[in-house]
This record gives sequence, C-alpha cells and structure tokens, in this order.
Amino acid sequence: MIWFIENFGLITGLTANHVALSIVPIVLGFAIAVPLGWIANRRPALRSVVISGGSLLYTIPSLPLFVILPYVLGTKITDDRNIVVALTLYAIAMMVRTAADALAAVPADAIEAATAMGYSTWTRFWLVEFPLAGPVLLAGLRVVSASTITLVSVGAIIGSANLGYLFTNGKQRDFLEEIIVGIVASLVIALVFDVVLVILGGVVMPWTRRDGWIRRRSVLPVGQVG
Amino acid sequence: MIEFQNISKRFPGGTLAVDDFSLVLPSHKATVFVGSSGSGKTTLLRMIDPTAGRVLIDGEDISGLNPVLLRRRIGYVLQATGLLPHRRVVDNIATVPRLNGVPKRVARRDALTLLDTVGLDRSLAERYPDQLSGGQQQRVGVARALASDPDILLMDEPFGAVDPIVRAELQVELNRLQRELGKTTMFVTHDIDEAFAIADQVVIFRTGGVIAQVGTPAEILANPADDFVATFIGADRGKRTLHLQHREGDSATLIVDGDGRPAGILGADR
Repeated sequence: MIWFIENFGLITGLTANHVALSIVPIVLGFAIAVPLGWIANRRPALRSVVISGGSLLYTIPSLPLFVILPYVLGTKITDDRNIVVALTLYAIAMMVRTAADALAAVPADAIEAATAMGYSTWTRFWLVEFPLAGPVLLAGLRVVSASTITLVSVGAIIGSANLGYLFTNGKQRDFLEEIIVGIVASLVIALVFDVVLVILGGVVMPWTRRDGWIRRRSVLPVGQVG
Repeated sequence: MIEFQNISKRFPGGTLAVDDFSLVLPSHKATVFVGSSGSGKTTLLRMIDPTAGRVLIDGEDISGLNPVLLRRRIGYVLQATGLLPHRRVVDNIATVPRLNGVPKRVARRDALTLLDTVGLDRSLAERYPDQLSGGQQQRVGVARALASDPDILLMDEPFGAVDPIVRAELQVELNRLQRELGKTTMFVTHDIDEAFAIADQVVIFRTGGVIAQVGTPAEILANPADDFVATFIGADRGKRTLHLQHREGDSATLIVDGDGRPAGILGADR
C-alpha cells in the first residue's frame, strides 16, 4: 500500500497513457469495421474475403506485430503509434464480423419499408440500418474495448509507458504489490469503458432502454407484436 | 389518375409476372386489385421499372422520374405495417415530411393531427410501434402514408395480419377516409369481401396479371364475366344469392345465403 501511495504520480501517468492508447484503436476500429461489414454484406464474394481476412489478422500474435510495424510504418520501435496501429488492426479484425452480422440481421421489412417511404441508400443506412444494428454493434464494441485495454499492456515489453510496465517491472523486481496495482488499474479502466459504452448506447438508442426490449425483439418479428 | 399502358414485367429469373397489362385508375377513386397469390397484383402495385410498357401518373411517364423522389410523393401502406421499430409513433408518421425537408417541429405537430385523422388517441404518439396492438399499428401505417398529403395511396394487403373484427373496423375507417380525402387509391387484397367493401372499381385477376373482370362491386356481383369470376366471388356456390326467411316467433326477417347460413336481418329495430 505504501508503494502505491508513494508512486501515485507514476501510476496516474501510466493510466492516462493506457487510456489514450486504448481509446484511439477502439474508435478507429469501430469506424473502419462498420463500413467494411456493410460492404461485405453487399457482395457475397467480398464477405468471405473480409471475414476470413479479419480472422486471419487476429491470429497474428501481438508482440511480433509490434516489432514488424516499425519497418512497415517507418516509425521508431519505441513509438506508441506502432501500438495504436496494431491494436486498430485487431479491433477491426474483431469488429468486422460482428458488424457484418449485425447489419445482415436488420429486419428486411424495416429496410423495405424505408425504401418504400423514399429513403435514399445513404439516409437509409444512417437512419434505419445502422441504428437497428446498434444493439449488436454495441455488444461487439464492448468486447473490442475490453480486449484492446488488455492488449495495450503487451506494448510495455517494447517500452511503451502504460500499465503493462507495472507487470514487467514488478515481475523483474519480484514485487507483487506493483503487479496487483497494474492489474486492478487495468480492470478499473475496462470497467469504466464498459459502463460508459452502455450509458452511451442507452443515450443514442433510447428505444432499447425499455424493459425486455431485446428479449421481445429476438422472439417476435417486426409487425407481428400483439 | 394512374395509367398502366401495355405493362410487362419479367423478373431476373425469367418469370413473366405480368404480360401486356393496361388499365386506368381514375383519380380520387379506390381501385382494388383482387386475385389469388401469384396473380401479379403486388408486382403491379410496385411497378416502378416495367420490362415493357409505361406507367403514367397524371399523364407523366414515371420512368423519367427519380425513384426516391417518386416514392416520397406516394403514400404506401405495407402488409406488415413496416413501421420503424426504433422510432416513436409520432416520428414514424413524420418520416416522409422529414425526408422532404419539413422542420421537425412542424412535422411532429402535423403527425399529431394525423393521429386524430386515423382515429388514434394522441397519447399513443410517444410510444414505440411494438407497444401498440396490430390494429393500432396499421392505423399508424395509414397515418404515415397520408403524412406528406400524397395524391396517390398504395396499400398492399394492409389489413392481412389483423383479426377479422379489427379488420372490418379498419375497412370502415378506410372508407370514411377515402370519402373525406379523395385519394387515388390502389389497394391489393386476396379477400373478395374486402375488395367489395372498399372499392369504387374492382379488378379481378387471373394468374399472370391477366384481368378477368373490371367493374364496380355491383356490376361484378350482378354480372360475373365468366365462371372464373363467378367462382372467385362465390356466386357459383350460391353464396351471393340471398333470400329472406321468416321464422315463427321472430320479430325480424332473416336473410340467409345459399348455404342456409344467416347473413343478416331485414327490418330490425335500428
């Protein structure tokens, strides 16, 4: 406990950097994966490419990727941008399948009705397909968020100043308190991110806030609810 | 006025759904297309890109129009209501005016008036579609179709999914609206009784979009063009031939159909 108090400045600094390194890949991954998922649904041939490509990408271990990326990007090996790019790739890999499935699961009659009302393809996507896919997209995003926060720690091995430093440093010094502080702080970040995502979801998708909405939706097709 | 001129429609698979179909739908009248499944009636209702022939609205060929803008000019009521599940009733009704650039406040205010028009309480405005009954949802569907005050109303088996009592109610309401608003209405159904209840002009289809008979309900009932029409409207089974039956002890005279089933009463105290 004494170590924690004495090093509070270090811990908050590492935490702040950890948060920054997590947010960018989560946001970018989502922003790129959703259009990719949409394209994947438009063309069956592209679907298999995008989905298999995503799965394949995810099988690359993170540490080698951190090491390879500087050569590809022309950055220094200790540059945090390598981590951001690598984690964005993982976020896309994880999110793209969810995005494709979520958009494919939007009820066909809602899309048909929107077309009949005179929505253009673009407005229909933003005002009908995207919001109706929202709850599933959110579920996928929560997984991506937790996973990204965990993966940021690996960056400490190549010298990134984030909470992962507390694991590597604590391991070297065989100092348990430091490791535990690192784990707890990571958990707190993951938890806060998750709570924020759920609250944000409720704000932008007010119709999901009603009791049993998800359950009802999954049981009854649109228009057949008594 | 809607004119179909020698319309043919072949689907990508090669099926010829409609072959050389011509018909005029008079303005401010309800024309009902009735026929069994696969008769091409829904295909005609959605005919925006015929393989051959022309569709004219008030003399204007629609093939030259932008489909998205054309759809916003036409009120459309779908079978499964097609209400957007993530939007409140009031916003569902305001959909097309909003797409046409009407300010949100105005569109929502007009939507509330439309709730009155279709006989729904304004307290339902802030609900979501799945919080309404099937009949209420269908009324919202009608309100949404009317929201941009279109000249043309297309209705594709709109009352197919509601129970018979609600269905009869909706038919009466639709008749009232039609008298008040005088839209050029195209209504598709497979229920001949519904067709007779709503139509100014009934079009009975054979398969492949071929017209079996066109006329007012009275004309068709009195003079079915052929055996197909007679069978379709039930005349061959005596269903439409009603006669009076006076039973001992009853104050009213019973009307019974060809099967002997009571169809109504004559001269009751109403």
